[in-house]
Amino acid sequence: MLVFALKRLGLAMLVTLTVSLLSFSLLFMSGDPASAIAGENASASDIEAIRTLYGFDRPFLVQYGDWLSNALSGDFGQSYYFKLPVSTLIADRLSITMLLGVCGISFALLTAVPLGAVAAMRPNSFIDRTALFLSVMGQAMPSFWFGLVLIVIFSIQLNWLPPSGSASWQNFIMPTVVLGYYAMPAIMRLTRAGMLEVLSADYIRTARAKGASEMRVMFKHALRNAIVPVVSLAAVQMGFMLGGSIVVESIFALHGAGYLAWESIARNDLPTVQALILIFSCFYIVFTFLSDLANAWLDPRIRVG
Amino acid sequence: MNPRLLMSSVALAVTMTCGEAMADKASDTLKAAFTKELESVDSYFNSAREGVILQRTIWDGLIYLNQATGEYEGNLATSWKWVDDTTLEFELREGVTFHNGEEFDADDVVYTVNFVADPANGVVTQRNVNWMKEAVKVDKYTVRIITKGPFPAALEYLAGPVSIYPNEYYAKVGPEGMALKPVGTGPYQVESVEPGKHFVLKKFDGYHDGPKGKAMIGTVDIRTIPDVNTQLAELFSGGLDFIWGVPSDQAEKLAATERFNVVNESTMRVGYLELDAAGRSGADNPITKLAVRQAINHAIDRQAIVENLLKGKSKVVNAACFPSQFGCEQNVATYEYDPEKAKALLAEAGYPDGFAVDLYAYRDRQYAEAMLAYLAEVGITANLKYLQYSALRDLRRNGETSMSFQSWGSYSVNDVSAITSEFFKHGTEDFARDDEVKAWLDTADASIDPAVRKENYSKALKKIADQAYWVPLFSYNSNYVFSKDLEYTPTSDEVVRFFHARWN
Repeated sequence: MLVFALKRLGLAMLVTLTVSLLSFSLLFMSGDPASAIAGENASASDIEAIRTLYGFDRPFLVQYGDWLSNALSGDFGQSYYFKLPVSTLIADRLSITMLLGVCGISFALLTAVPLGAVAAMRPNSFIDRTALFLSVMGQAMPSFWFGLVLIVIFSIQLNWLPPSGSASWQNFIMPTVVLGYYAMPAIMRLTRAGMLEVLSADYIRTARAKGASEMRVMFKHALRNAIVPVVSLAAVQMGFMLGGSIVVESIFALHGAGYLAWESIARNDLPTVQALILIFSCFYIVFTFLSDLANAWLDPRIRVG
Repeated sequence: MNPRLLMSSVALAVTMTCGEAMADKASDTLKAAFTKELESVDSYFNSAREGVILQRTIWDGLIYLNQATGEYEGNLATSWKWVDDTTLEFELREGVTFHNGEEFDADDVVYTVNFVADPANGVVTQRNVNWMKEAVKVDKYTVRIITKGPFPAALEYLAGPVSIYPNEYYAKVGPEGMALKPVGTGPYQVESVEPGKHFVLKKFDGYHDGPKGKAMIGTVDIRTIPDVNTQLAELFSGGLDFIWGVPSDQAEKLAATERFNVVNESTMRVGYLELDAAGRSGADNPITKLAVRQAINHAIDRQAIVENLLKGKSKVVNAACFPSQFGCEQNVATYEYDPEKAKALLAEAGYPDGFAVDLYAYRDRQYAEAMLAYLAEVGITANLKYLQYSALRDLRRNGETSMSFQSWGSYSVNDVSAITSEFFKHGTEDFARDDEVKAWLDTADASIDPAVRKENYSKALKKIADQAYWVPLFSYNSNYVFSKDLEYTPTSDEVVRFFHARWN
């Protein structure tokens, strides 16, 4: 098991390295970084000065090699845009995205899993149909639209919540709902499908025959098995949320790492983009690894396998 | 239609029914929003409009340009004179202190100028400073700035982007420290900075009696909110008092609610089509022919674009500059909208059935799309290639674009050298490559005699128009929306002067 985990970790790190090299190449191909740093109003001489100053006139592989050796020692360099150490900049932004991601996935799990389980217990009932309706809505509604609707209702009409910023916990309510609702449908459908399958299994019939209460059958026997694929999905969704909360962070002016990544790509802030890609890749690896461990705990057969 | 714009219209429609928005007049705090994450507050290390706004708020220059009169007035300097073609001497104002208590004198000017003029220090906006060679102290309150060559626009730059830093503090903290804890002599001092996100400014009680005047509002709280719709929501819920750069259709709706002051002002930014007359993108390029360039000029109904899309105080421009700029000759050849004439010119040039061309653009997609339609009417099939600015700039520099939609704001410098000279002096973004135009511009840029300058800019601009090297399109405008409790008069240089805002 340990050897297997270590092998997977090694492979994943190789993937991360490849991803960073590819993104480095793509970013260079997307336009002249000197021009992007200088901005829209820069003259040609400004751009030439920046090119020399930042070493963009050096061969591509030399630039990549330099970055990689520094990154391995924990130095991601200085943001071209903010002129601040990338590590400082990202630490500040990542905490917001992490908080938002954790809140979002918690909201998604806390609503989707019970709803999916209850829907499976009563197929084609009112609750089941409501759950499916909410799931379709969640998939069909663009985040920016949903976010703006919430702002209009809760900030402007009712004046209950602040529309933007990160000054207090109230600022995170609407972003959490928008982000969580985006992840909810897939989790709910998977929970429902898993529960439907498990509920028709022999061991559930056996448990019922032994006289176990319905609650015990549901939560001890059925849900524990049905939730195994949900854990894997939630791990992927969590990774996706960290990188994919761009729209939510933009609408609610949260200045997290997702928005930073988006903006940094647009302004060719290579050190920031590189560091973020590496960090997001690492998160995916860690979450996938943790979900494997969680699944092994939930389903002992995996440990044997 | 942009879905975000559609949504915002819905949101606006709903919000129109709401109650009165309240400004934070009681706590004497003006809450404003930046759209862009500002990279650095150090004014020499950012090229953004937001940076210019903070620069004028936190620091002072030697000279101040009075927007109402158009006259230069002494700010940190009280008087100045040209000693010779490359030497400007300033008498400095006494009794001025920086926000940290440091006394202002000639050493500050010398240190600042010598630091920013040295390319090794990596000032981002080189154009604003690379005309200066050095500064030399004459005595404690007299200083000379030596230019690299005759540079008549010097006063314009000294009244604009060249701000004076405290020498002792800047030597100690450098650009990085200045970005986090800026210190100047300006009407507002910085209380806190969260890079890119949040800036809090406090009125500087020790501000000198300069032409800017003392700030009238105690605190200015600026947050970066990238989404315009969120800015509007904040405005409606009282979280913001002041926003600008509001799209014209939204501004119209906001004005209709009568809950805010909505003021439109022109900006110095002009839009233009850059035409590859020099054939850099290929010698067989149809645009190398004068008749084709003239046809393109005649094909586009610029007035209709201004009236229907830009609105506000935007105007059609005919010369390759912003009309208020020194030397911006207005008596040039004009090309009225005349599709029939355009077709005739195309036929004359050997393209009776038109031709296909790529039109590159990086902003204002809707304006570019309108132009595509006009070009199609006369037979020119233009394919829109909409790119990131940096990618497009790369292509232009390599001479790969035969036609591109560009805009230029001249850094708010009210002098033709800040625009025409940038694009017609055989630089990488010169698609005319006209030796005669370059020679006129060289003469005008290097003379300190206003008459010589005007004459040569005039010749250059007339030839640019005659040869239809550009299609000058229109000037831009900006919509300012602010609380009814606030009084503020915007200016065409697009610099928001918080120190001129006051509660009514």
